Amino acid sequence: MDLALSDEQRMIVDMVRRFVREEILPLEENLDPDADELPPEELERLVAIVKEMGLYGLDTPPEYGGPDIDLVTRSLIAIECSQHRAGLYAPCYYAFGGSRQAQMFEATDEQKDKYLHPMLRGEKRVFFGLSEPSGGSDPARAIQTRAVRDGDDWVLNGTKLWISGADRADYGLLFARTGGPGRKGVTCFIVETDWPGFHVRRVVHTLRSAKYATEIQLEDLRVPNANILGEEGGGFSIASERLSRQRIPYAAECIGVAVKANEMAVEYAKIRETFGAPLSSRQGIQWMLVENEIDLRTARLFVLDAADKADRGEPYRMESALAKLISSEACGRVVDRSMQIHGGLGVAKDLPLERWYRELRIRRIGEGPSEVQKHVIAREIFGSGLH
Amino acid sequence: MAVRLDKPWIPLTAEGVKQLAGHLGVYQLANDAGDIVYIGVAGGRSLFGLKGELEAQLKAPPAGATQFRVEVNMAYFTRHKELLGAYRNDHGGDLPVANTDVDVRMLGRLSPG
Repeated sequence: MDLALSDEQRMIVDMVRRFVREEILPLEENLDPDADELPPEELERLVAIVKEMGLYGLDTPPEYGGPDIDLVTRSLIAIECSQHRAGLYAPCYYAFGGSRQAQMFEATDEQKDKYLHPMLRGEKRVFFGLSEPSGGSDPARAIQTRAVRDGDDWVLNGTKLWISGADRADYGLLFARTGGPGRKGVTCFIVETDWPGFHVRRVVHTLRSAKYATEIQLEDLRVPNANILGEEGGGFSIASERLSRQRIPYAAECIGVAVKANEMAVEYAKIRETFGAPLSSRQGIQWMLVENEIDLRTARLFVLDAADKADRGEPYRMESALAKLISSEACGRVVDRSMQIHGGLGVAKDLPLERWYRELRIRRIGEGPSEVQKHVIAREIFGSGLH
Repeated sequence: MAVRLDKPWIPLTAEGVKQLAGHLGVYQLANDAGDIVYIGVAGGRSLFGLKGELEAQLKAPPAGATQFRVEVNMAYFTRHKELLGAYRNDHGGDLPVANTDVDVRMLGRLSPG
């Protein structure tokens, strides 16, 4: 892997960094410390700037109007976009375009007209409905939501948990069991949120301030057969493709907040005096900052290596798992140490550290917990026969 | 935790508000009949948290507000949205009359059981 950034990548990174510094940080000074979105008019203004930069719709393929960027550049942008208080779960308040649900690009032409294109135009919002109370890391076995064929329709019953954005979405990708146990029994449906039988029962309150989760209940929800995404029984591959690829920018976002936390800790260590000397002169503090540096550089290397492998078309399942595992764990440690260096100020809502600390904790669980990443890596080492 | 607040109402008086501490959380104001007229939040920028917010409401209460109830909650942001969503579900999409400070475009659709 070539570690040097190209001129274009350097220019993009500088541009995004300037955008965060000049547009996002000043806005946050007047927002609640737990704010997760901007008034629509303010967001529109920012989106116009991002479109001018040519970076709107980061996860949209170029043939659908997105910028033609590779995954390494996408990861570099993610590192920059998350360097503000809400940055981990609401990077730049979605001014670069929200979640695109890449699976929709595999839809039929009719499905694209009805769902994909309105989503790309920003007219419709979408959610991703995989996890259930029975689990989310092992969808092949955990999915209990049932879909039963009835004429030209399917009738869905079940509960989905930890689903972000379902209460604001117009439609969603919802996974249900149409066959027996295992991978081949899972099918992905496109469901509209105003259809009878679709209920968002509650908000699930967590450590996260932004992008809250919801619980969905399906009660005899009728879905036309034409709304199957992909093939009947093909839902598992749709879900797992998303999980592998998404893990890389997801891991990159962790680095962004950790970079910022470390910068704050270094600056604070220089100016804060205890017992007549700055913190930076204390070996205990110096070593914490050295460990931060090691964690940050390690996370960055693993994330960019995974992105590079994916860009070159090589298998990257193991690298993606390593990147997610190492970045979420290492960046959590960086924010923890930075908070410790700040003392009482570190846990106050005056600074963003407490929010990053809470939200980064979730990153060790979201998109596959650390233990599942280790399981994926072990399978790559020993072969898929491992149980 | 129940989606809707069901704690007893406390009179919106200096004595009632005096019992509060500076915690963060959410609160509701109601009229004499117990109809909610406002759903508010004491967030990270609220001086003195719920106590400060309710003191301010006591000085200039929304029309009809005579009682209140609070819930201490560090997830105040999402809880506020949830309470507003539940109210809209129960009242045909309307917000409490005094919640003119809320943009409905930033709220979701909830249908609690």
